[in-house]
Amino acid sequence: MTGLVLQPGVVALAGASGLDIFVQTFAKALALGSLYALLALGFVLIYKTTQTLNFSQGALALTGTWFMSMVFIDWDIPGRFMGGPTWFHWFMALLVAVAVTAGLGMVIERLAIRPMIGEPLFSMAMITLALEVILRTVSFDAVYIEARILGIPWGSRTFMIGGAWIPWSYVAALLAALVAFAGTWMFFKTRQGIAMRATSFDQEAAMAQGINVHRAFAIAWASGAGLAAVAGVFASMPPWPAAGVASVDGAFFVFRALPAVILGGLDSVVGALLGGLIIGLVEIFAGQYLSSYSHVLGVGYQVVVPYLVMLLGLLIRPYGLFGTKEIRRV
Amino acid sequence: MRGRPKLYTSYTTETALFPTTLQKVMIGLFLAVLVLMPFDLPVINDLPLVRFLGDNSWLRPVNRMLIFAIAAVGLNLLSGVAGQVSLGHAFFMGVGASTAVLVGGASTSRLWGWGLPMWIWLPAAGLVAAAVGVLVAPAAVRVRGLYLGIATIGLVFIGIHLSRVFPEIAGPPQLGRKWPRLELRFWKEETPFVDFSRKGHWLWFDIGNNQKTYLLLLVILLVLSLVAANLARSRTGRSWAAIRDRDVAAEIMGVPEFRAKTTAFAISSFYAGVAGALFASLSGYMYPEAWNLLLSVEMIAILLIGGMGRISGALMGSFFVALSPRFLEESVRWAAEQAEGEGVFAGIWDSLISLGPSDFGFISVKEMAMGFPLPASSLDEIIYGLLIIVFLLFEPMGMFGIWIKIRNYWKGWPFSY
Repeated sequence: MTGLVLQPGVVALAGASGLDIFVQTFAKALALGSLYALLALGFVLIYKTTQTLNFSQGALALTGTWFMSMVFIDWDIPGRFMGGPTWFHWFMALLVAVAVTAGLGMVIERLAIRPMIGEPLFSMAMITLALEVILRTVSFDAVYIEARILGIPWGSRTFMIGGAWIPWSYVAALLAALVAFAGTWMFFKTRQGIAMRATSFDQEAAMAQGINVHRAFAIAWASGAGLAAVAGVFASMPPWPAAGVASVDGAFFVFRALPAVILGGLDSVVGALLGGLIIGLVEIFAGQYLSSYSHVLGVGYQVVVPYLVMLLGLLIRPYGLFGTKEIRRV
Repeated sequence: MRGRPKLYTSYTTETALFPTTLQKVMIGLFLAVLVLMPFDLPVINDLPLVRFLGDNSWLRPVNRMLIFAIAAVGLNLLSGVAGQVSLGHAFFMGVGASTAVLVGGASTSRLWGWGLPMWIWLPAAGLVAAAVGVLVAPAAVRVRGLYLGIATIGLVFIGIHLSRVFPEIAGPPQLGRKWPRLELRFWKEETPFVDFSRKGHWLWFDIGNNQKTYLLLLVILLVLSLVAANLARSRTGRSWAAIRDRDVAAEIMGVPEFRAKTTAFAISSFYAGVAGALFASLSGYMYPEAWNLLLSVEMIAILLIGGMGRISGALMGSFFVALSPRFLEESVRWAAEQAEGEGVFAGIWDSLISLGPSDFGFISVKEMAMGFPLPASSLDEIIYGLLIIVFLLFEPMGMFGIWIKIRNYWKGWPFSY
């Protein structure tokens, strides 16, 4: 459980100036924050609509990464049917893998979540925790023998801003998060998006208005699982320790994204974005600028920093920064 | 009219632990079987389950089960009775284990330890864990429901990190340190009064170390379960149930929320601390990473499979969760024998079990196999996950609920009501 997918290493370059280190740290923090925000967005979409805290988000990320590797490397899916550049194939394969993971999410929703609607929140959360155990074990066994290659088009290439080296993967993660959040925002303006918002507001009232609540649930789980797959793939790129492979640690990623979800508020899309970015910034900056105190703080202290921020945030605002306050009646 | 089920003529009979004479007799017999189980006795050895559970090789998982049951009974008070979702039980177990090793462990140049006897380190483990529980409890008053559950996940990670910051107590990461043995001494004298980790001779029985440990753990579990059962029906327990059912209403009726939650956290952590200390001592060698989220999940799974809010549920659940790996291992071995044999069903078993690298099947017979075909340990994880889902979907009351259904069926038989 202590497996760390994104162990933020300390940036140390010979001859790099303070500003360069700052730029580099900032880029890394933004990238990690975007990955957290991606996972958190999946959490929030699922929680808002079905009132389920999806602990299996990380396992879905691992499964999605495994699918990606299978589709692109093992089966060479778009490549065997068409010509064109490899990077285009890669993005097509990513779409296929995301679609398959989204399908898995819909199956899970239909089989395990829908019969539980209306049950206590905790029972639903436990179901997803059990799903996490199953998915992780299966994916773990699938990827354990050899770390799988993802064939990322930009590999470990970097570019320079001033004296700071910035890997393209950071930009990719940031762009992926931007696209996902913009897409969610736009989706919420469509007819189906409004139906989903109504469902998350009050399931029974939405049903009475003739909204297909079941479809809303299915869409929420499909998009949540798809986002998990995207986050999993973009978190497995070279500068991160899981470099370019679907590794076992991927499943534990979810427990690193939880502070982001909680800090932002379980049912707020804006909260997911801000929570992810805040947690990413705090984690990376603490890792970079407090590293000289690591003999006091202990090795790997930066992993605990998000949890401390989360606990502090919860004590100040018990429902997160943007979460809806539960109204308690007698 | 005497002895009718559900007929209570006074408060004392209604709140009694075992209201009917039949229940008292059954519990007495059950306890007698439990105590005599590890020994080679004529009648006991022929009972189903008991027949092999009392074997020396089975006693280790059974001992593990007893320790899990202690922790689960504690978690049941917090989550089942007081309704506070906690995924941080492993953290409190770790606190207890660290205390035990600090108080009872041997002191070396790199490690701290005071070498005190077990009758000090075992209660100390519980008390320190309870004190930490009191520190955490105020957060539970402010943070509610799922948010509290996730906040307690944070505790688990912080706990593992703290064990890395203080390797003098927890031992070096990944390596751990030796733990105090289960032995009773008056003080620091050379030969222990009772040594639970060696063979010995009690009364007219030769008794092995596993048997001794079993009896010790059984006594601790029985005492702690009795305390928990009594707590749950006392004033404190009623205040917990009131907080669980509707905290605002409870407060209006004069139940102090803060005090109820604090006592719930403290007492549940006490159980966790004791269980953690025993768990570590049983394996003799434990690394700090053992107190992780999976252990917490396992504790919650015990409650869900057994039945939330019931002590008997916690006991049944721990039987299931702690022993199922061993059961599965045995059945895979049995199935492999069948597949290699000549029977009618050999073909069916052969299609399930993969005997060699080229053999078809999805279950591997190898101990440490990785990938497909699945080793028994992975299969166990999957079954365990599936079980939680199945129980939550079809029987939210867990095994306790199944038992209630069976009982009600026979109570009304041959009528359906």
